[in-house]
Amino acid sequence: MFSFLMAKEECISQRNKTEHSSILRNRKNIPTSLKTSQAPFTSVSKDKISQTAGHSSEDDNQSSNGSSAQLFTRRHGESPVKVLLLLVVGLSFSTRLYKITEPPHVCWDETHFGKMGSYYINRTFFFDVHPPLGKMLIGLAGYMTGYDGTFPFIKPGDKYEQQNYWGMRGFCAVLGSFLPIFAYLIVLELSQSHTAAFITAILLIFDTGCITISQYILLDPILMFFIMAAVLSMVKFNQQRYRPFTASWWFWLVLTGVNLAGAFGVKFVGLFVILLVGLNTIWDLWRLLGDLSLSLVDVAKHFLARVVGLILLPLFLYVTVFAVHFVVLNKSGPGDGFFSSAFQSRLMGNNLYNASMPEYLAYGSTITVKNLRIAGGYLHSHWHLYPEGVGSRQQQVTAYSHKDYNNLWLVHRQDDNNSQSGSPDLVRHGDIIRLEHKETTRNLHSHLHEAPLTKKHFQVTGYGINGTGDTNDLWQLEVCGGRKGDLVKVLRSKVRFLHRATGCVLYSSGKTLPKWGWEQVEVTCSPYLKETPSSQWNIEDHINPKLPNISLSVLKPHFLEILLESHIVMIRGNSGLKPKDNEMNSKPWHWPINYQGLRFSGVNETEYRVYLLGNPVVWWLNLASLGLYLIMVAVASVTIQRGFSLGPKRIEQSQVLMRGGGLLLLGWLLHYAPFYTMGRVLYYHHYFPAMLFSSMLTGITVDILLNSADLILQPPYSDWMQRVGQMVLLLSVLYSFYLFHPLSYGMTGPLAHEPGSAMAGLKWMDSWEF
Amino acid sequence: MSAMLQLPLVVTAQVDLVLVLVSLLALWTRLSRLSYPNAVVFDEVYYGQFVSFYMKRVFFIDDNGPPLGHMILALGAYLGGFDGNFVWNRIRAEYPSSVSVWSLRVLPSLCGALCVPLVYLLTLELRFSHLSALGAAVLLLLENSLIVQSRFMLLESVLIFLVLLAFFSYLRFHNAPTSSWFRYIWLLLSGVSCAAAVGVKYMGLFSYLLLLGVAFLHAWNLIGDQFLNVCVQCVCRVVCLLVVPVLLYVFWFYLHLSLLNRSGPHDQLMSSAFQASLQGGLSRITQGQPLEVAYGSQVTLRSSASQLIPCWLHSHKENYPVRYENGRGSSHQQQVTCYPFKDVNNWWIIKHPGRQELVVDTPPRPVRHGDVIQLVHAMTSRFLNSHDVAAPMSPHAQEVSGYVDFNVSMPAQNLWKVDISNREAESEVWKTILSEVRLVHVNTSAVLKLSGVSLPDWGFRQLEVVAEKLFKAHGSSLGWNVEEHRYGTSQEPKEREAELHCPTHIDVDRKISFWAKFLELQWKMLTVKQEESEHKYSSAPLEWITMETNIAYWLHATTNAQIHLIGNPVSWGVANLSLLAYQLLAAVYMLRRRRGFKDLPDAVWDQFVCLGCVCVGGWLVNFVPFLLMEKTLFLYHYLPALCYLYLLSPQQCDTPPCAVCVCVSAVLLSVFLSYRTFCPLTYGSPELSANQLRELRWRDTWDILDRRH
Repeated sequence: MFSFLMAKEECISQRNKTEHSSILRNRKNIPTSLKTSQAPFTSVSKDKISQTAGHSSEDDNQSSNGSSAQLFTRRHGESPVKVLLLLVVGLSFSTRLYKITEPPHVCWDETHFGKMGSYYINRTFFFDVHPPLGKMLIGLAGYMTGYDGTFPFIKPGDKYEQQNYWGMRGFCAVLGSFLPIFAYLIVLELSQSHTAAFITAILLIFDTGCITISQYILLDPILMFFIMAAVLSMVKFNQQRYRPFTASWWFWLVLTGVNLAGAFGVKFVGLFVILLVGLNTIWDLWRLLGDLSLSLVDVAKHFLARVVGLILLPLFLYVTVFAVHFVVLNKSGPGDGFFSSAFQSRLMGNNLYNASMPEYLAYGSTITVKNLRIAGGYLHSHWHLYPEGVGSRQQQVTAYSHKDYNNLWLVHRQDDNNSQSGSPDLVRHGDIIRLEHKETTRNLHSHLHEAPLTKKHFQVTGYGINGTGDTNDLWQLEVCGGRKGDLVKVLRSKVRFLHRATGCVLYSSGKTLPKWGWEQVEVTCSPYLKETPSSQWNIEDHINPKLPNISLSVLKPHFLEILLESHIVMIRGNSGLKPKDNEMNSKPWHWPINYQGLRFSGVNETEYRVYLLGNPVVWWLNLASLGLYLIMVAVASVTIQRGFSLGPKRIEQSQVLMRGGGLLLLGWLLHYAPFYTMGRVLYYHHYFPAMLFSSMLTGITVDILLNSADLILQPPYSDWMQRVGQMVLLLSVLYSFYLFHPLSYGMTGPLAHEPGSAMAGLKWMDSWEF
Repeated sequence: MSAMLQLPLVVTAQVDLVLVLVSLLALWTRLSRLSYPNAVVFDEVYYGQFVSFYMKRVFFIDDNGPPLGHMILALGAYLGGFDGNFVWNRIRAEYPSSVSVWSLRVLPSLCGALCVPLVYLLTLELRFSHLSALGAAVLLLLENSLIVQSRFMLLESVLIFLVLLAFFSYLRFHNAPTSSWFRYIWLLLSGVSCAAAVGVKYMGLFSYLLLLGVAFLHAWNLIGDQFLNVCVQCVCRVVCLLVVPVLLYVFWFYLHLSLLNRSGPHDQLMSSAFQASLQGGLSRITQGQPLEVAYGSQVTLRSSASQLIPCWLHSHKENYPVRYENGRGSSHQQQVTCYPFKDVNNWWIIKHPGRQELVVDTPPRPVRHGDVIQLVHAMTSRFLNSHDVAAPMSPHAQEVSGYVDFNVSMPAQNLWKVDISNREAESEVWKTILSEVRLVHVNTSAVLKLSGVSLPDWGFRQLEVVAEKLFKAHGSSLGWNVEEHRYGTSQEPKEREAELHCPTHIDVDRKISFWAKFLELQWKMLTVKQEESEHKYSSAPLEWITMETNIAYWLHATTNAQIHLIGNPVSWGVANLSLLAYQLLAAVYMLRRRRGFKDLPDAVWDQFVCLGCVCVGGWLVNFVPFLLMEKTLFLYHYLPALCYLYLLSPQQCDTPPCAVCVCVSAVLLSVFLSYRTFCPLTYGSPELSANQLRELRWRDTWDILDRRH
């Protein structure tokens, strides 16, 4: 504790010194910049001069700041800075790695991500709504630490027993430990103030939410690691702007790109940090474009360098991750049915892998029919009827992604039911057929009723008994691009089913039916005959004992096709995660006020409970300083716009507020606001990336606020007040961490509303569930 | 200069003539034969019901928009002497002769017609030439979709008019010389029309925000100007553009609520206190109820859950099934549910645990916060009970039942503690309607709660009621209030039954303040969600740009005469092209300016930027929000955005060279020709043959009806 205080003292005094030097620099710079500026300022009002002066001086400032600050640290106190950083590193790692193996059972979403890690070790193909990098890293970490991939991860609460699960948790925790360190460095870079940086680091280190979310096998610590690393390298890159195309410039540029790829490769939320970096880059390029001392060729070079470093390189890495994903997972698994027939044929163990079946579609065959839209389902029916009020009350026909007996259909001629003896006839382009559902013996049927969701289309049902129906059961089969008499190739022909009576075409709209349809996908008959993949189908399985099986060399899909397909499947999966009626779902406005946490483990009094909830002191401080920040910026910009002359210290502070703070505010907004428009189910932990930005903003805001104490007090008192403010902040964060630490490190015994609990009296909001 | 001096008279006269001509044409296209077709057209069926409600002064709630729009329509109906006696249930239903169709439709079409001269003036205020102003006006004048939308009892034309008026008057204010005080009238007008636009449809909000943004930028430049007294200027702007609109917006609601003072079909969405303030309906029932709930009171308990359907705590003779479908067991005691209809089985009696009587003493002993009571179901005399048995649909919560003693060592646990959650605002005593009460189960400290799930067939699809531990549950699903209430007088079950079947009466008056009503109504309008389903003519926002779909508004009962919402395809194309062209130009100019090449002089550049802010900005704010909405959307939602594009189009070839002139006139000619072509679908006459209709189907995706069957 003593050494820490020492470090702090020194850091403050050192910062004061930097200020002095910067003041000096400013004074020197103003006249020079006036001299160099060519514009005739003779008759213009005073404020404009001071403004431009401010601008150019600040630009110079930035240029010299990087180098001179480095020089400065090298010359004077390298040790206190290092001590401070070491302190942050030590605290961060120790808080995250403490009790890492507790509780020894599956917690919350570990059941998904642990399982997916195991899939990589077992090389089994699966489907998930997130890109693969995060789970690959988890799998790798498990593999390196001796986990053999055999634990089933069935449901939360399962005991790990002898399994080596600590490696995966430890890996996540180590990445999570980097967050406060990165935050420290980012804020230091943006504000040049060790106090601001240290405040930020303390807020993050002692936030129970950040600790909890880092300690388990989850994607979030990995995601946040890449987000913060990307922001850090972006900020570092910004500092290199006066030394373009040097080695360090390239280094930070490339590192930014790599981290962007990482963030986007873990979760699509990484898109927001890409936007942040993108906006920053556009702003940077705009600045370069306006710099008339650079030739257009130079600007083009800058532009191309960024295209390579921030677009092409991340894209390449991202695609590589997917390539690795597809190479590693080569065995058939639970995710097959979501993908096209061609895709499945490359998975070992799938029935299409080295498939052999009759080559041409014949009457009397049993088939499955798959829609050709990307991630389309199999034509499916089941015993359930359409509910009342949805067309006629006949049997439902849907599209379904999973493999199932209810996907099987029999091909019949329009009139007879029994296939004749001898070798069966083949189906040709233009033939009129009837499709009978094998399980329920109903015919595929359509009529002039509105479809359940796509009201412009007609309803498709199952109708008739034992294959006897009416004329609405007849469909004309067409091979796309075929001529009359062409045969229908299994797997390779694209076919369409035209309804005889109404002239519409069998169509899969891609919309999910409500609960009565088991959330399967709607199938309709579309009167619009345009050829789209939604109205095209292929024959996937084809069983006919009377025909010889021929081994089919199925067209192996191109890698880019697979990539596109899996993305569409993922996006659809993501938007398909709708909140259930019964569930209490979390709303975005709940998050910044720390309204309600997430239960990671345990419900009852006897169980070991972990509850994901931010340290309320930290979170509410963040919320307050957001408001404070806006007020301070408003005041600062009005005074500048109005042309009041400010001291150099104030000008520097407002620059930090507007530049650094603006960047962080933008980051917070980008990581928070989009959730308001999302229709999918949302959880509390989605806020954590935004919370990191908010905490960094708090660091800068509070530091500048305390620094402005001399606005109301005389010098010695203002310094005291500043110290007192810092100490109060530090102590209250520490004390609240002491109070709330059982949330992260686990608690047993009675619940908080009973007096005997460890958390008694700490249930400050009714909505907290511990 | 001296030569110029003779000209102004001539010039102004000419301009006026153009303006007058354009206005007359607009009036003629929008107002001629307004009462044809004499039948309900498309969404008139929707707005019409609200007009009828206004005429009968019956309360309603429309979650699609604030009340001003409906009030404007109702004003037209009122002036035409409409008495509200028409059933709006079907598109194409003929109006009887007693309904003045013309007066129903005249206000929206007048607004639609005034848009045209307004666009002309607005272009001038953007500092473009009279020719471009004429171009914009012509584009708007000959836009079939705008004509169709204006000619019926619909709100889009009113919205467009108000938004244009707001921008016009703001720019008038901005362009006026600083010295005149008269210009603040324009600013005030701008604020008023903003408030009106938001009051007509929520979409107006986005245009209002855009206007605020533009005004903020102008004000920001003012702050930089040190020779001005900024404070007064800023205060004026804030008052006119922020305070006045907010107050006016509330005022629309004040009007709405003071006009509608009778109860109606939407009452049940509102809280009991709100309902009690309306004439008839609940206030008729609750009038004269005793205020304080006492031991022996007979009450119905309404859940305060903010869901669409109201419901009351209910029980009936049937028991829970011994085993559910999924194999879990129940207590097999009497079902307790929440029932969305008034029913005699919703009555409960409040009983003191220590005493047997079910009648109210004289004087009555009121129930207070913290008291422990028992609740007896009046018709079956079962006690409200809860115990450690999983509830039927929400197994994490406790079952609530009417206690039946099966002698299976399952003792009655029927004590409930009264917890009045709004006792600070109201009082410690349990009051009818006003108090929101939580019933806390004494044995398990669980709280009586509406889970929101409906029971399967064995529970008659009524809603499930459970008891849940407090730390899990929060929100309004816990609260209950007493809606109907009377002091019980008969001890005998038979007499009590008879008593329950007859209505109650005594007299007290209850009032809630306007602000409480306003906030409740506004909150309900924003949160009530309707079942969203696709409509036959609904479309996605991206389809609007290419006009992928049309909407059939009306088809004659016997012939092929029909009205469609189809835009003028040529002007639609012109609009899209000009949007693209502006963006390209803006990009090129901006990049070149940044490199120091000033293609446009500063004044022209400012004008160009201002044009972009208003027109492209207006298009964006009126279009992009739809991309994020999960609502059923129609082509007519695009019309406000489209108007901004028409404003943008002609100004790109301001003061053109001769060759461009020829092009422009060719374009205008083809705009006119395509307007002529689609006229039969716009005005519903003359009737077209099947072949002609087929020729009008320029796109495969358009649905043009053909009565051949």
